[in-house]
Amino acid sequence: MPKHVIVIGAGPAGLETSANLAKLGIAVTLVEKEESTGGHVKQWHALFPALLPGTEALDAIRKGMPENVRVQNKTTVTGIEAVNNYFTVSGHNGWQEKADAIVFATGFQLFDARRKEEYGYGIYENVITSADLEEMFATGKSLVNRHGNKPERIGFVHCVGSRDEKVNNLHCSKVCCITAVKQAIEVKQMLPEAEVFCFYMDLRMFGRHYEELYKEAQEKYNIQFIRGRLSESAEDQDGNIVLKVEDTLLGKPLRIKAGLLVLMVGMEPLAGTKSLADKLGLTKVPDGFIQPADEVLQSNFTELPGVFVAGACSGPKSVSDTLADARSAALAVAGFLKL
Amino acid sequence: MKLEGKRLIWQEYQKEIADDHYFYARSCIRQTFFPGAEAVFVKILKEELGKDIHDEKHHTSCTGIGYHSDVVPFDTTMTVVARQFALMTEAGYENYAASCVTSFGLYTEILDTWHHFPETEAKIREFLFKATGREFNKPKNLAHASDIVYKFRHQIAGKAKYKLVDKDTGEPLKVVEHIGCHYSKMFPHKGIGGAEYPYVLSGMIEAWGGEVIDYPERRHCCGFGFRQYLVQANRGFSLSCSKKKFDSMEPYEPDMIITNCPGCPMFLDRWQYALSEMEGKTYGKGKNGIPVFTYEEVAGLIMGYDPWEIGLQVHQVPAEPLLEKIGIPYDPDRKFKGKNGEDLGMPESPSYLKFYADK
Repeated sequence: MPKHVIVIGAGPAGLETSANLAKLGIAVTLVEKEESTGGHVKQWHALFPALLPGTEALDAIRKGMPENVRVQNKTTVTGIEAVNNYFTVSGHNGWQEKADAIVFATGFQLFDARRKEEYGYGIYENVITSADLEEMFATGKSLVNRHGNKPERIGFVHCVGSRDEKVNNLHCSKVCCITAVKQAIEVKQMLPEAEVFCFYMDLRMFGRHYEELYKEAQEKYNIQFIRGRLSESAEDQDGNIVLKVEDTLLGKPLRIKAGLLVLMVGMEPLAGTKSLADKLGLTKVPDGFIQPADEVLQSNFTELPGVFVAGACSGPKSVSDTLADARSAALAVAGFLKL
Repeated sequence: MKLEGKRLIWQEYQKEIADDHYFYARSCIRQTFFPGAEAVFVKILKEELGKDIHDEKHHTSCTGIGYHSDVVPFDTTMTVVARQFALMTEAGYENYAASCVTSFGLYTEILDTWHHFPETEAKIREFLFKATGREFNKPKNLAHASDIVYKFRHQIAGKAKYKLVDKDTGEPLKVVEHIGCHYSKMFPHKGIGGAEYPYVLSGMIEAWGGEVIDYPERRHCCGFGFRQYLVQANRGFSLSCSKKKFDSMEPYEPDMIITNCPGCPMFLDRWQYALSEMEGKTYGKGKNGIPVFTYEEVAGLIMGYDPWEIGLQVHQVPAEPLLEKIGIPYDPDRKFKGKNGEDLGMPESPSYLKFYADK
């Protein structure tokens, strides 16, 4: 009998883990709640730093998926049970299978920007999120605000829902800084006359070529980076967003009108991940992200033998980090199954 | 502006407000600034709504202004507030209704402090007992008086003679609502509508027929800010704050401003005079400025109370143009008559901001 592994979640982490497990001769059931695979990347127009289109990235990940990966789509996992030396996983629609190991690849959910009430998302029409902007790019819509005007000034607010005790999210979402740089450049390419401002508290350009892109944003595209968090936004009679922010390097408060305000929403643990982890008896889920058995040495293992993590369900990751983590998870599973 | 977005937030920030039997603590400054406001509140609750309200004569200041100005230590403030609670307990009440927004914020802060630090509450109980021999129960329900008017806003609308509507055009009046900073900015869940988009006054304005204006400096301080005003050298900040708000709301052509705090109507009203003398500019249509009211005064007006009985003659910005717009009758000759008809004397006319209707 070939070994059988159930991978929960068919975003980049689940797809890559499944493909690599299958190449090692393991039968895989990849469970996905939506109709199609791909996760958040499906809605992402281009990935930093080289502006690789999201669809191209997904096509490459899906290409050559071995036959011994069976996708169980439109199935939300509602139950997991450890029985002797195997696991029983069941879905909302009555689907149920047994497996020798489980991989959590449940990913993340985007922070609901309405929780930062003072920024006005859901209230002021020209306040949008980074995900909304990406969708505008992806669908080829011209960059106009909700009043049909080309914005003369556009603001990007970093760390929306990240590193923010007020919304109970202490973690850094890692990808938003470079995404803001990428999106700011894309906006400048579409609207060269527009002024673009990024309001940040730190710029965490930790990845390869990130720093170069940040430099290019300043030198080539004249994007203004202002160190300061937005305190509030409001709407004027023309639908412009009036921003209040402090430039902490100059030590001066600023009031700026923008035709469009983009909130860089961070990653939060998926609401369902914690309840599934609870069902299994995983205790290391401090903030909703699953904590690995050891963050340095056993980053894909959990405290329960046979239960593994891949991708952003254990903390925010970029797509490239997610793919590397997924390959690593596949090897960890193979080692556990003594293949 | 997507109103449905605000409505979602308003649903999240609702709170329990007692239905009856209130222990009422007045503000230290409101009876000087807007002398009819608290009397109107008591009258509406007792006579119009048939509620039981205990108007306590022996309570003191809560020390809020001194506390926020760093001249009264927190232990002292808590002990003074404990005495207010003792008076409530002795009077046989459990529902505390604060007239002042700063008092309400301070009571909320103290109850929250005691919740998290029971040893502090025990210490304050000991201080109070040693000083006065009094003991107390904590309020079962704490509300700001505007919460209570909000709760009964529809009943008030049902009994009202007038609406916040232009009698000639039938259009709703454009109303600026200004919320005192200490109402919900410190404890958003203790205020109706939260901190960013408070609903307590907007709900009244909607129920009474007006239209709320959301202008860019809506959240900004009125200009009181305690030390901005209390320290004389800082008064330029106070005036600047008010000016910033007037400049921001002016393009929306507001008919009136409604507030729920002791200081806000004072500063938004009187600084219009100061700004007119300094810059020769008056806000609003004509030369009469934008009239500023407390929510109790507005409730009294729509109920048909005589404008001079509820103290509108002490406003710097005259109320008459608004009264005429709504169709509320008034006797101009009685404006500066005292309660028994005595002549209070005509104030000196400012250079620009007319204190009578400029026709």
